[in-house]
Amino acid sequence: MSTLPAGERTLGGFYAHIGANKRKSAALVLVFILLVAALGWLIGEAWLEEGLGFLGIFGVVAIIYSLVAYYAGDRMVLAASRAKQIHKADDPELWNVIEELCIAGGLPIPKIYLINDSAPNAFATGRDPEHSVVAITTGLRQKLNRDELQGVMAHELSHIRFFDIRLQTLIGVLVGLTALISDIFLRSLWWGGGRRRSRSGSRGGAEAVLLIVAILAAILAPIFARLLQLSISRKREYLADAGAVQLTRYPLGLARALDKISSDKEVLEVANRATQHLYIVNPIKPFEERAKNLFSTHPPIKERIARLQSM
Amino acid sequence: MEFLIVFLVLLAILVFYVIGTFNSLVKLRNRVRNAWSQIDVQLKRRYDLIPNLVEAVKDYMEYEQETLQRVIEARKTAIDTSGIAQQGAAENMLTGALRQLFALVENYPELKANQNVMSLQEELTSTENKISFSRQHYNDMVMTYNVRIEQFPANAVAGTFNFGHEEFFEIEEVDREVPKVDLR
Repeated sequence: MSTLPAGERTLGGFYAHIGANKRKSAALVLVFILLVAALGWLIGEAWLEEGLGFLGIFGVVAIIYSLVAYYAGDRMVLAASRAKQIHKADDPELWNVIEELCIAGGLPIPKIYLINDSAPNAFATGRDPEHSVVAITTGLRQKLNRDELQGVMAHELSHIRFFDIRLQTLIGVLVGLTALISDIFLRSLWWGGGRRRSRSGSRGGAEAVLLIVAILAAILAPIFARLLQLSISRKREYLADAGAVQLTRYPLGLARALDKISSDKEVLEVANRATQHLYIVNPIKPFEERAKNLFSTHPPIKERIARLQSM
Repeated sequence: MEFLIVFLVLLAILVFYVIGTFNSLVKLRNRVRNAWSQIDVQLKRRYDLIPNLVEAVKDYMEYEQETLQRVIEARKTAIDTSGIAQQGAAENMLTGALRQLFALVENYPELKANQNVMSLQEELTSTENKISFSRQHYNDMVMTYNVRIEQFPANAVAGTFNFGHEEFFEIEEVDREVPKVDLR
C-alpha cells in the first residue's frame, strides 16, 4: 500500500486491516480449540490410553476458555500488568488528551488505567472500541509533554479502532495458556511417564512413538504460539503509528515520544511473554538487541521514528 | 422458463444491492450530521467555561481589563453570530483573545499557583483541541461520504434518492497541514 488517498482518511485505508484482524481473531480461536483438543488426545493416548475422552474434555475446556478470553481477556491482561483504573479527577490532562483524540476518530472513550512502574510504556486491550482499555505506566506519563502524550495515546487508540486489541488480547491470553498447559504436561511426563511404561511393557514400541509425538507437541506448541505472536505484530506497529498521525496530524509528537522511550533502558517488570506484544515498545529486551533479534515482536524504534519524520 | 429464472435472480441481486447501498449512504450521511452536531457541543462547552475563567482571574488581573473585555465580547459575538463562514470568523477571534489571555496568565505567579485557574485553563485548552478535532472529524466524514456518492455504481443509487454533496468546514488559517500517511 502507498500513500492514503485524501478521501480515505478516517478509516478507509485501514478497512482491509480491520477485516483481517477480525478474521484472524476468529481463526486463532478455532486453531486454539483444535490444538488444545489434539493435545488432549495426544496426552490421553500417551498416558492413559483414553485419547477420545481427553479430546472431548480438552475441547470443551478450550471452548469455555476461549469465551472467557474474548469477554474477559482485557481484565486478565490488566490484572497481570497490575494496572489500576483512573478517572478524570485523577489526571485531567491525560483524560482530556484521550477524549480529544476520541473526538478526532469518532470513538467512544476507553477505560484508562495506570501501571505503577517507572519503565516507560503503554498498551491497549479489549475486544472492540466499545469495550476497550488504554494503559500507561507512571514512568511514561511523567516523561511526556502534552504533544508526546497525544502521539502515544493516538497510537494506542489506533490499535483499538483497527481491532488490533481483539487479536492481540486473544493471543496474549490464549498463547499464555498454551505455554502453561505444555509446561504442566512436560512436568507430568517427567514425574509420571516412567511409572506407566513399566506397567505395560509389551506395547512399548508404539507407546514410545506416541510419547515422542507428545513431547514434540508439548515443545512445539509454545514455539508455534510464539511465532504466531511475531508474525502478526511488527507491521501492526507501523500501521498504528500511521493511524496515530491520521488522528493527530502531527507526526513529531509520537516521534519525540518514541525517542524518549527508546533512550530509557529500564525493564518493565509486569510485562511477560504473554503480554509483551501489546506494548507500544517491546518492554522486555534492550533496543540494540531487539533490532536484530529474529524473535522480536516490534520493529526497530529508529525505523519507526524515521517513518514518522518523513510523513 | 430458464430465462425467467435468470432474470429474476439478477433482479433480486440488483434489488439487494440498491437496498444495501441506500442503507450505507443513510448511515454515512447521519455520521456527517452527527459529526457536525459534535462541533456545536464543543463550542457550547467553551462558551460555558469562559465566564468561569474570567470570574476566577479578574481580581488578579486588574490591569488587564482590556484583554478580559475582549474575551467577553468575542464570546458574545460568537454566540450571536449565525452562518458558517461568519461564525467561523467569530470563533477565530475568540480563540485569539483566549490565547492572549493565557499568555498574560503566565505573568501572574499567583494565578499559576491557583488550582482553580489552572484546571480551568486545562479545560479550555482541551476544549480548543476538541473543537478543532471535531471539525477535522466532520471533514473526514464529509470526505468519506462525498467520495462514496460519487463512486460508480453507488452514484446511481445516490442520484436516484437525492443524496447530495455535504459541505466542508473551511478554516482560513491552516493550523496543521495534513501529512502523507505511508502504510507499508
